[in-house]
Amino acid sequence: MVGRLFDRAPMDARELRSKGRAVFTRRAVLLMMVQTGALGALGARLYRLQVEQGQHFSDLAEANRVSTRMLAPPRGLITDRFGEVLAGNRINWRALLLPEETTDLAATLDRFSLLIPLEPHERARIERDAAHKRKFIPVMLREFLSWEEMAKIEVNAPDLPGIVVDVGTTRLYPHGPTFAHVIGYVGPPNDRELADDPILALPGARVGRSAYEAAEDDALRGHPGTVQVEVNAVGRMLRELDREEGTPGATMATTIDAGLQTALMDQLEGTAASTVVMDVRNGEVLAMVSHPSFEPSLFDSGVSQTQWKAWMDDPQTPLLNKAAAGVYPPGSTFKPAVAMAALQAGTLKPGDRIDCRGYIDIGNVRFHCWAKHGHGSLDLHGGIKFSCDVFFFEVARRTGMDVIARYGGDLGLGVRPDIELTHVREGVIPTAAWAHRRGHHLSEGDIVNAGIGQGFVQATPLQLALYTARLASGRQLDAHLTRAQNGQPDPRAAHDSAPPLAFDPAWLDSVRSGMWAVINERYGTAPKARLPLPGVTMAGKTGSAQVRRVSRWAREHGHFNSAELPWQYRPHALFICYAPYEAPRYALSVVIEHGNAGADVAAPLARDIMMQVLERDPGNRSQAWKPQPDPALVVASAQSAPSGVGGPSGTPAAPQPQTESDTEFSSIFEGNGLGSGAAVDNGAEGPDQ
Amino acid sequence: MINERRLWRATPGFGVAGKLLRINWAYALLICALAGVGYTALYSVAGGSPYPYAEPQTLRFGFGFLMMIALAMTPLRVLSKLAWPAYAVSIVLLVLVLRMGHVGKGAERWLIIGGTQVQPSEFAKIALALALAAYFQHISWERMRNPLWLVPPALLTLLPVALVLKEPNLGTAVIIGAVGATIFLGAGMRWWMIALLAAPVPMLLRIAYAHLHDYQRQRITTFLHPESDPRGAGYNIIQSKIALGSGGMWGQGYLHGTQGQLNFLPEKQTDFIFTTIAEEWGLVGGLTVMGLLLALVLGGMTMAILARSPFGRLLALGISMNFFLYCLVNLSMVMGAIPVGGVPLPLVSWGGSAMLMVMLGFGLLMSVFVHRHDEMLPKKHRD
Repeated sequence: MVGRLFDRAPMDARELRSKGRAVFTRRAVLLMMVQTGALGALGARLYRLQVEQGQHFSDLAEANRVSTRMLAPPRGLITDRFGEVLAGNRINWRALLLPEETTDLAATLDRFSLLIPLEPHERARIERDAAHKRKFIPVMLREFLSWEEMAKIEVNAPDLPGIVVDVGTTRLYPHGPTFAHVIGYVGPPNDRELADDPILALPGARVGRSAYEAAEDDALRGHPGTVQVEVNAVGRMLRELDREEGTPGATMATTIDAGLQTALMDQLEGTAASTVVMDVRNGEVLAMVSHPSFEPSLFDSGVSQTQWKAWMDDPQTPLLNKAAAGVYPPGSTFKPAVAMAALQAGTLKPGDRIDCRGYIDIGNVRFHCWAKHGHGSLDLHGGIKFSCDVFFFEVARRTGMDVIARYGGDLGLGVRPDIELTHVREGVIPTAAWAHRRGHHLSEGDIVNAGIGQGFVQATPLQLALYTARLASGRQLDAHLTRAQNGQPDPRAAHDSAPPLAFDPAWLDSVRSGMWAVINERYGTAPKARLPLPGVTMAGKTGSAQVRRVSRWAREHGHFNSAELPWQYRPHALFICYAPYEAPRYALSVVIEHGNAGADVAAPLARDIMMQVLERDPGNRSQAWKPQPDPALVVASAQSAPSGVGGPSGTPAAPQPQTESDTEFSSIFEGNGLGSGAAVDNGAEGPDQ
Repeated sequence: MINERRLWRATPGFGVAGKLLRINWAYALLICALAGVGYTALYSVAGGSPYPYAEPQTLRFGFGFLMMIALAMTPLRVLSKLAWPAYAVSIVLLVLVLRMGHVGKGAERWLIIGGTQVQPSEFAKIALALALAAYFQHISWERMRNPLWLVPPALLTLLPVALVLKEPNLGTAVIIGAVGATIFLGAGMRWWMIALLAAPVPMLLRIAYAHLHDYQRQRITTFLHPESDPRGAGYNIIQSKIALGSGGMWGQGYLHGTQGQLNFLPEKQTDFIFTTIAEEWGLVGGLTVMGLLLALVLGGMTMAILARSPFGRLLALGISMNFFLYCLVNLSMVMGAIPVGGVPLPLVSWGGSAMLMVMLGFGLLMSVFVHRHDEMLPKKHRD
C-alpha cells in the first residue's frame, strides 16, 4: 500500500510475477557464473599448489621439516650412606638411525655394514625396531662405539641418510659384584613396559631389572625432555628450535655402608653364604651380602650363553640374593621366637621347668634332643642357653602353631619384609590353615619339629636379622634401604621412632638374657662368638638346619657326623646376634649354606662381622670409616680418651661426635680385657641341631 | 500450442508414488556419490578402518537421506507455513546456546538436545532462508522498489547474524549474512540499493576487525604470514599446503598419504578432510570432488530457476547458496586462500549435526523441485 505511492507505471499481478521471475532467472544465472568462477579459481589454485608448486611443497614435506625428538633423562645415581656411588652412568657413544629421515632402509644399512659389520641378528632387530617404533623415535644401530668407528660414520655421513652418532649413557657399577644383589642391575625394556611408557622406546633406555634398581625404578627413571629441531633431507639437524630439559632421575642414597659391605664380601670368600647387618635403632640395612655374586653390568651389555650356563649350573647360586630371596629352615635360631610366643600367650611361665631326657615321644614317634643323654631339668634361660630341643618340642606342643605364627609374624617371621628389593621371599611359619591350603595335614610331629625351626619353617637371612633387631629393640622396625632421596632424608631414618612391639618388656628381657647366656655364660652353645672387647657383650643364637633326615640307625650308632657328608647334604650353619647387649645398636644374621654346625662355623664368623661393624660404627658416622694408619698413635690418644664404653658396667656410649668415636673404639681394640679364648670352654660344644 | 493439461496427465500424479517419481533422482545420486567420497576419505583417515569415522557417518547419512525424501514430498504450502515457526525456534535456540551452550575450540557453540549435539547456527541458516522466502513471496517486483519493504527482512537477517557473532562464530555469521543477501538479490532488490549498501562496507570491515576476538585476529595474521609461526597457529596452513603439494597430479595412492597418515594434519577428519583426499588422489581426485560439489550447487540453482513460485525459487536459491558458501569457505581455507574458519566440507567431513542440516537443506531443495509447477497463488487468483 505504501509502495503504491511510488509506482509510476503500475503493472498487473501476472505481469509483475513474470517480471519478478525473469529478474530472478537473470540474477540466478549470474550467480551461477560467479559460483562456477569461484570454484574454478579454487581449482586453478589447487592445480598451482599440487602440480606447479607441487615439487616445492613435497620437498618441504620431505626435506625441511620440524622434528620433535625426545631427550632421555639420565638415570638417577645410587649411593651408599656416605655418598659413595654404587650405580652411576658413563658416556656411551652410539650410532642411531632416524627412520623418518631414511628413504631406503635396506640400502642405508648395507652401506653402514660396510663400515661397521652388522651381525644378521642385529640387522633383523634393527629392521624390526624401525618397523614397529614410532617414526620420530630413533633406532639403536650399535652401542659402545670406538673413536675409529665414530670417525668412520661421521666421514661417510652423506652416504648414510638418517644415521647419526649420538652420545648416551650406560649404567656403571663401580664396585661390580659386591653390590649386585642389593643394588641389582638394569636391562633393556620389554614389550609390555614399552607399551606402558613410550619414553622407554628411546635408544639406550634402561629399566631396573632387579633389586633396588627395580624397586625404585620410578624415582630413578626421571622424566624425558624434548627438543625440536629443523632437519634437512638426510636427517642432519639444521638448527634447534626449542628445547625442554627433562628431569633427571633422583639420586638415591641407600642405607648401605659400602666399606662394610666390601669388607663382609671378603669375609665370606670361599663360602656360599649371606649376611644382613641392621641398625637396631631405625631398621636401616647397613650391609646385605650374598656370596658368591656376579657382575651386574653384564646384564646391560648382554650375557653370553656360556656365562649364563655357568651361573645356572653353579650349586652356590651366584644369581640368587640369598639374603632376601634365599629361604632356609632357621633351625635353633627360631627358638627365641617360639619362646616369645609362648611367654606372651602364657603357655610358658618364666619359672616353668621342663625335663629333658634326651628325647620326647609324640604319638609313636621319638624326637631326639641334640644332646644324646639329655639336659635334665631346664627353665627358659637354660632352654635357650643350651638350645635344648626337647624343651622347645614341649613348648611348641603347648603353644600351638597359630600362636607361634602370630607372634612370629610380629617379629617379622613368615611375613614378607617391606623392603626396596625385588623377589623378596616371605618364608613360612606353618599353621593348620597354611598346611590345609597346600593339601597337608599338620601333624603333632610337624608342630614339635617347627618348635626347633625345622620341618616346614622357613626364613630368609633378612628376616632373621629383622627379627633379631626387633627382639633387641622391642620396636616394630622395618628393614629399609633408602636413606635419602635427592638429599631429602627418609623419615624412617630417625632413631627409636618405630612403635613398640606388643610384647611385655619382662618377657623380652628374659629371652634376651637367654641369648646373652648362649655366648657369655659357661656351657652356652656359642662361646666362640664372644666379643674380644672389654665390657661389650653380644647376645645371639646358633642354628643348624638339616637338609636331610638323620637316620635313626646313624644316630643310635653314633655314626652321625655331618662333616663327612657330601657338601650339598651338610646342614646349613646359622647365627643371629646383636650388640652391644646392654644398649643394642647393631643386629645381624649369618647363614652359611651347608656350613655344618652354627656354633662352630657361623658363630665365629658372626663375631668377626660384628667386630667389623662395631669398629666402623656406620650408624653414628657422617663419613666413611678409614683404617687407622698408625696404631701407636691411636694407643697414645686412647689413653687420654675417656673410656665410657670400656667400663665394667658395659654401658656403651651414647652417640658421640665422629672423631671421638673413632678413638673410642680404637681404645677397645687396644685394651686387653677379656682375651678371646680366656673363658671359652669348648667342652660343652656338641652338634647343635 | 502445447496442451498443458495433457502434459500434466503424461507426468506422474501427486500421490505418494507419484511424488517419489518426481524426485530428482539424478541429483540424489550426486548426493550419494559425494557421501561415498566422504566414506572413502574417512576410512583412510582412520588408518584404513571403518571405525571410528566412516561407519557411524554412513548411518547418519542414511538417516539424513530418509529425512530428505520425506521433506521432498512435503508441499511447499506446508513449508511456507512452517517457515515462521522454524525461524522462531532457531532464534530461541541461538539465545539458548548463548546462555547455556558448550563451547569448543573457541567457537562452534552447540546444545545437547536428546543426547545429540545441535549447532543452532547451522539450523539458523536454513530457517532464515525459509523465513525470507516466505516474506518475499508476497513482495512483488513493484514493491521492491520501495526500501521500506526491505526493512523487515533486513531485521530478520541481522538478528541471527548478531546472535551468531556474539557466540562468537565469525565464519558462520558471514555465511548467514551472505545467504540473506543472496535472497534479497533474488527477490529483486534494485542494483542501486545494493551499490548504496556496499559502499560503506570497507569501513565497516575495519570496525569489525577492531572488535574481533584475539584468536580470530590471529587467524588473519597467520594467514597472511603463515611461515612466521611454523609450529604454532600457522602450522595448519603450512601442513595442509605441504600435504596438497605432496599429492601432485595423481596422488600418493589411497591409504598412502604420508602427511595425513602420519598425523601431521590437524583435524584431518573434519575441516581438513579435503587435504587427505587431494594428497591421496592428487589433483585428479581433488578436481573430481570439486566438480561434484559444483554440480550440486548448479543443480540447486537450476531447481531454483525452474520453480514457478517465488517462495520455492527463493528458498532453493538460499539453500544452494548456503551449500556453495560452505564448500567455498572450506576449500579456500584448506588451500590457504582465506583464514582458517572451522567450516566443514558438507557431506564429506565427519560430524553428525552438520550432516543432518545439509540433508535438511537438500530435502527442502527437493521439495521445491517436486512442486516446481505449483505457483502458490492466493486462492482468489487461481485459474
